[in-house]
Amino acid sequence: MEYIINLAILFCIYGMLALSLNMVIGMSGLVSLAQAAFYGIGAYATAIGMTSLGMGFFSSILLGILINAIISLVVGKILARFQYDYYAIVSAGLSVIVFSILLNWKDVTNGALGIYGIGKPAIGSYTFYSNATFLGLIFIFTVAVYLLYMWIDRSSFGRVLKGLREDEKLTQSMGYKTKHYKSIIFVLSATLSGVAGSFFASYIAFIDPSTFQLKEGIFLFTIIIVGGLSSALGSVVGALVLISLPEVLRFIGLPYETAAQLQQIIYGAMLVLMMVFKPQGLFGKYRM
Amino acid sequence: MKIDKIVKNFKSIQKGELKPIKPLSVYGLDIIACKNLNKQFMGIKAIDNLTINIPQAQTTGLIGPNGSGKTTLMNILTGMLKPDSGEIRVRDKIRKRIKSHELRKYRIARTFQDGRLIEQLSVEDNLLLPVADNTIFGGLKEVKQDDYKARMEQVLEITSLTEHRHKKAEELSYGLRKLLEIGRLLMQDAEINFFDEPFTGLFPEIVEKVCDIIGGLQKQGKTIVIIEHNMGLIKRLSDHIIVLDHGTLLAEGRPDFVLKNKAVREAYLGV
Repeated sequence: MEYIINLAILFCIYGMLALSLNMVIGMSGLVSLAQAAFYGIGAYATAIGMTSLGMGFFSSILLGILINAIISLVVGKILARFQYDYYAIVSAGLSVIVFSILLNWKDVTNGALGIYGIGKPAIGSYTFYSNATFLGLIFIFTVAVYLLYMWIDRSSFGRVLKGLREDEKLTQSMGYKTKHYKSIIFVLSATLSGVAGSFFASYIAFIDPSTFQLKEGIFLFTIIIVGGLSSALGSVVGALVLISLPEVLRFIGLPYETAAQLQQIIYGAMLVLMMVFKPQGLFGKYRM
Repeated sequence: MKIDKIVKNFKSIQKGELKPIKPLSVYGLDIIACKNLNKQFMGIKAIDNLTINIPQAQTTGLIGPNGSGKTTLMNILTGMLKPDSGEIRVRDKIRKRIKSHELRKYRIARTFQDGRLIEQLSVEDNLLLPVADNTIFGGLKEVKQDDYKARMEQVLEITSLTEHRHKKAEELSYGLRKLLEIGRLLMQDAEINFFDEPFTGLFPEIVEKVCDIIGGLQKQGKTIVIIEHNMGLIKRLSDHIIVLDHGTLLAEGRPDFVLKNKAVREAYLGV
C-alpha cells in the first residue's frame, strides 16, 4: 500500500508540474524549458525556509511563490519578446543558470551536498507525517491546480492565449497586449511549479541540485507531449504514463542499470513517435 | 479650418476631381488619413511619400496594379506594419504609427488577403476571440455568457456558418474561411472596416453573400475600404476610389470619373 501511495504522491507532484507547463506550452504556445528551474526554486525555498529560517511548510510555499513570481516576472518580460524555438532556447538558458546557482551558491544551498531534514507540512498541532495524509493534502492541491487550469482554459483569457500561440500579431490586432498575457501565464505557471517543488522537498526530505537540471524540464515536456498539449486531462494522463513506466520496467525484472538506460531510450522514443504520429498527444487539443 | 471650406473640399472629392487632396485639408469629414507616408522593403519603395484621406461613412475602393502598395498601405493603417516616416491620423489623433493592439480603441477591423484565422480554434472561438474583455481580470469571465453570444448567433447566420460552428477553422473550405474572417470582422462592430481582396477565389453565390454583407455595413453608415481587382465589384460597391501606382497616388475620386481617367487606364487596365 505504501508503494501505491508513494507512486500517487509522485503522480500528484508531476501532475501539478505538467498542468503548469501545459499552461505555457499547450495553452499559450510558449515552449518553455525553464520549468525545472522554478520547480527547483520552490523546492529550495521550502528546504531553506524550513531548515534554516524556521518557517512552516505553508509559509515556505508562500516564500517560494514570492521568489518564483519575482524571477519569472523579470524573465517573462525578456521571454515575451520571443516565440517558438527562440523561446525554448532562452528558457533553457534560464534552467541552466538556476541549476548553476543551486550548485555553486554553497552558503545558501549547500551546493552538491544538498539539504537534509526538510520537515513535513503541519496545520496547527497536526502534522502530515504519514504518507497517506500527505497524499490527501497534495491531492487537494493537485485538484485545485487542475480546476484552475480548466477555468483559464474556458475563459476569454484562455482564448486569447490560444489565439496568440498561433498568430500573435493577429491576436494583437484584436486589441490585446499579448506581451502582458504571455508574462502573466508564465508567472502563474512558474509559481505553480514552485508549489509542486515545495511538496517534493517536503516529501523526499532531502534535495540536491541534480533533480532540477534541464533534463527534468525536458522530461516534463515529454509528459505533456505524450499526454496531450493544451489539455488538463492530457497533463495528468501523461504524468501517470511516464511515472508508471519505470515501475513497469522494474516489474519486468530488468537489472537496475539496464532499466535506467532503457527508460531514457523509451522516453526519447515516445517523444519522437508522438511528434511524428500524434503531435497533439493522447488527449491534446493543439499540435505545434 | 472653417466648416464651409471643409464641406467645399469634401464636395470636390465627391465630384470626382482627380487632383490629390491636400493633406489635412478635409479632416472634418474624413476618418482616417495618412500624410507623406513612406515604407521601403530592402531599398524598394512600397509606399512613396503618400498622402491620402479616407472619407467617413463611405466605401473606398483601393485599387492598383500588383505591387502598387495597396496591401502595404492597409497593413500600415491597421498597425500590421510600421511606416518608415510620415503621419497617420485616425479621427483627430495624429500618430507616427498605429500599434496593432490599438485597433480596437480606434474601432478598426480588417480581413486579410491570405485569410488569417486561428486555425486550431473552432469557428465559435474564432468569432468570440476579438470581443473578449481585454483587461486581464475581466478576461477571466467567459464571454459566451454575455450579450456577445447573441451577436455571434446573428453573425453565424449571416455568414452561413451555423452548422460549422464547432469545426476547427482549419477544417473549413476556402469560401467558408473567407466568410469566417468576415464574420470575425462583423463581431468587432468596428467603425472602420478594411477588406483585403474579400472576393478572390470565391464562387459567385458567395461573392453575392459578401456583397450583401458589405451592403449591410454601408447601410449602417460604416466606413469601408476594399482592396479588389474585380472592377465590376469595385464600381458596384465603392463611393470613392483611390488608385495607387508604385506606392504613389495616381488618382482618386468617384468611380466613374476615376475609371475613365487615361492615366489610370494605362497604368492599371492596360488600355
